[in-house]
Amino acid sequence: MSIETPNLDLRDSYTEKYGFHDAEQSVFKSRRGLDREIVAQISDMKGEPAWMRDYRLKALEIFEKKPMPTWGPDLSTIDFQNIYYYVKPTSEESKSWDDVPADMKRTFDKLGIPEAEQKFLSGVGAQYDSEVVYHKIQEKLEKLGVLFLSCDHGLKEHEALFKQYFGTIIPSTDNKFAALNSAVWSGGSFIYVPKGVHVDVPLQAYFRINTKDMGQFERTLIIVDEGAFVHYVEGCTAPTYSSDSLHSAVVEIIVKPGARCRYTTIQNWSNNVYNLVTKRAVAYRDATMEWVDGNLGSKITQKYPSVYMMEPGAHGEILSIAFAGKGQHQDAGGKVIHCAPNTSSKIISKSISKDGGRAGYRGLVKVQKGAVDSRSTVNCDALILDEKSRSDTYPYMEIEEDRVTIGHEATVSKIGDEQLFYLQSRGIDKEEAAAMIVSGFIEPIVKELPMEYAVEMNRLIQLQMEGSVG
Amino acid sequence: MSHTPELVIKDLHVGIEGKEILKGLDLEVRKGEIHALMGPNGSGKSTFANTLMGHPKYEVTSGDILFKGESILEMEPDERSRAGLFMAFQYPVAIPGLTVANFLRTALNARLAPAGTNGDGAMPHKKGISPKEFRALLKERMALLKMDESWAGRYLNDGFSGGEKKRAEILQMAVLKPEIAIMDETDSGLDIDALRIVADGVNALAGPAMGVLVITHYNRILNYIKPDKVHVMVDGRIQVSGGADLALKLESQGYDWVREKQEVEKS
Repeated sequence: MSIETPNLDLRDSYTEKYGFHDAEQSVFKSRRGLDREIVAQISDMKGEPAWMRDYRLKALEIFEKKPMPTWGPDLSTIDFQNIYYYVKPTSEESKSWDDVPADMKRTFDKLGIPEAEQKFLSGVGAQYDSEVVYHKIQEKLEKLGVLFLSCDHGLKEHEALFKQYFGTIIPSTDNKFAALNSAVWSGGSFIYVPKGVHVDVPLQAYFRINTKDMGQFERTLIIVDEGAFVHYVEGCTAPTYSSDSLHSAVVEIIVKPGARCRYTTIQNWSNNVYNLVTKRAVAYRDATMEWVDGNLGSKITQKYPSVYMMEPGAHGEILSIAFAGKGQHQDAGGKVIHCAPNTSSKIISKSISKDGGRAGYRGLVKVQKGAVDSRSTVNCDALILDEKSRSDTYPYMEIEEDRVTIGHEATVSKIGDEQLFYLQSRGIDKEEAAAMIVSGFIEPIVKELPMEYAVEMNRLIQLQMEGSVG
Repeated sequence: MSHTPELVIKDLHVGIEGKEILKGLDLEVRKGEIHALMGPNGSGKSTFANTLMGHPKYEVTSGDILFKGESILEMEPDERSRAGLFMAFQYPVAIPGLTVANFLRTALNARLAPAGTNGDGAMPHKKGISPKEFRALLKERMALLKMDESWAGRYLNDGFSGGEKKRAEILQMAVLKPEIAIMDETDSGLDIDALRIVADGVNALAGPAMGVLVITHYNRILNYIKPDKVHVMVDGRIQVSGGADLALKLESQGYDWVREKQEVEKS
C-alpha cells in the first residue's frame, strides 16, 4: 500500500477521476533498477523462446550504449535505476471480467472499459502495470481469422508470424527508448487481420499504470493483410504520484497492399509520467495508414508517429492534437517518408498550451530519390491560452526529388478577448467559453473520431481547461 | 407605460484607455418599447452598446446602468446576458469549429441550468433543454428568419457573409429571448432584401416581452422597424429625443443642426 500523497496541484479533477490507485497486489515485482539479471528474469518468467531472450539482452546493451537524446525536452531527470521494470499483476490473463481480481475490475469499471466493450467495440485488451489482465475479441471476428491478443500471447501462440515481423519496422537500434522497450517489453497488442477482412467496429486496448515508480513498456505489432481494414484505439491513464513513472512503448504496423489501418490514441497519463514512445508504420501499394494521436496527459511526451510509404499509391495521414497545461511539455508531431513514386501524405497538427505549458509540433516530410509525383501537405496550428505558455514548431523537410508537390502552412493564435466577450455576451461563462473555443480549434481532428471518442476527447479538453481563465 | 423602465442609464461616463467617450448619457428603455439611437460616426454609439454588455475594454468612470432596478456595472457579460440583456454585434466574430446549434444550445442551457450547478467537470447540458426539444425550437426560429436548416451545422460566423452574420445575430436573439435587446448597427452592410428579413425578424420578436434599442447611423432600417422614440447622440451624449418624426428630420437635414444646438447650449 502506497503512502504517497498525490500531487493535488496538478489537474485536481484528474486526480479524482483517473489519478486514484489500488492497493498494490502484484504477484511478482522485479527489484528496482535495470540490468542483465532483470531482463533475463522477465524473459524467464514469461517462458520465452531463447531467441527472444537473446534479443532482449542485446537490446539492453544497445540501450546502455546509446546516449540520452538531448535535441528535445529535458529527459535528464529520469532515474533509470529507481524504476520497477516488471510488475506482474495477476497470474493469468482472463477472457472474462469475472476472473479479473476485484480491485482491478473496479478500476476498469471506473474507467468505463467493460461498458464501452458492450456498447461499441469489437474487442478489448486491458493492461494493468506490466501485463494484460483481460483480453477478448468478438467470436465472429475470431472465426474470420482475426487475431487480437496480448503481444505475449501473440509470441506464444503464433511464433512464426510474430517472428517474421517483430522488430522489423523499429529495430532495437532505432533509438534509446526503442532499445529500452525491446529489452523489457511486456504486454501490448498483437493483431493480424486476414486478407479482405474489414473489422468495422474498433478494437481497443487500455493501458493502466497502478504501481508507483514503475515503467510500462508495452509492445504492439499490427499486421493488416491485403485489402483488409482495422481501427485500433488505445487509451491510458495512471495514478497521480509525486514521483515519476515511465511509459515507453513501441508500436510497429504493417499495412499490406490495398489495406487500411487507423490507429487512434487518447493519451491521458497523469502529470508525473514520462511518455516516450516510438510508433511507425509501413504502407505498401495503395495502402493507407492513419494515425490519430491525441496527447493530453503526461509530464513530457515525445512521440512522432510515422508512415513509410513503400510502394506507389500508398497514403499516410497523421492527425495530432497536443495539449500542454501546467508543468507539461508535449513534443508531438509526425513523420512521413515517401519512398516510392505517386505517394501522398497529410499531416494536421493542433497544439494548445496554457498555464505555462509547452506544446509543439516536430515533424518530418521526406521524399526519397525516385519518389516522383509525391504529394504532401502539412498544416500546423497552435493556440496559446495565456502569456506564460509556449508553442514550438519544428518542421523538417528533406526533399530529394523535384517533381513533387509539398505544402506547408502554420498558424499561431491566441484566444482573443473578442471571441471570449462574444460567447460571454450570450450567457456562457468565461471558462466554458474558452473551452468551447479550444474544442472548436481541434474540431477538424475530433470529427474524425468515432462519436464515443469525440465525446471523450471533448470531455478531457473540458477537464484540461478547468480553472484556466481568470 | 408607467412601470419602472427595465433599462435605466444614469449620467454614464465611459472611457477607453483614458480617453472619455461617453460624457453623461441618460436613457430609459422599457419592455414593449422600440427606441432608436442615432448619431454620426464617432459619437459613441458602439461604445455605449459594448459598455451595456460589459466589454472589459471600456471603463465606466461615473454614472450607473440599472437593469430591472439593479446596477449591473459589477456584472460579467455572461451574467448580464443571463439577466436578460442582449446585444446584436456590429462585427460578430467567428468561432471556427463551433457549430451554430451547439453554441446556441450551450447558451440556452446556461440560462436554464446556470454554470456552477454541475461542477464535476462533466460536459454541461445535463439539465436544460433536451436535444430533441432544442432541434425543434431552432428549426422554428430559423424558419422565422428564412434560414436554411443547414445553418445549424455551420461553424459560428465562420465564412459567413456580412448579411448572414447579421441574420445569425437575430437568430441568437430569437432563441435566447432577451428582455432588452440592443442592436448595434445591425443594418450596416445589409442589402435591401437582407435588411427586410432582419427587420421582419425583429418585428416578429418585439412585443410586450421585449424592449429594443436600435443603434443606427442611417434612417433606412427605421422604415422597417418603427421606433416609439428616437434619440440623437452627438459627442457622447444624447442631445435630442423625440418621436419617429425626429428620424425623418435627421434624414432630410443631417446631424449638423443637432451639433449647432449643442454648441448653442454650451455657450
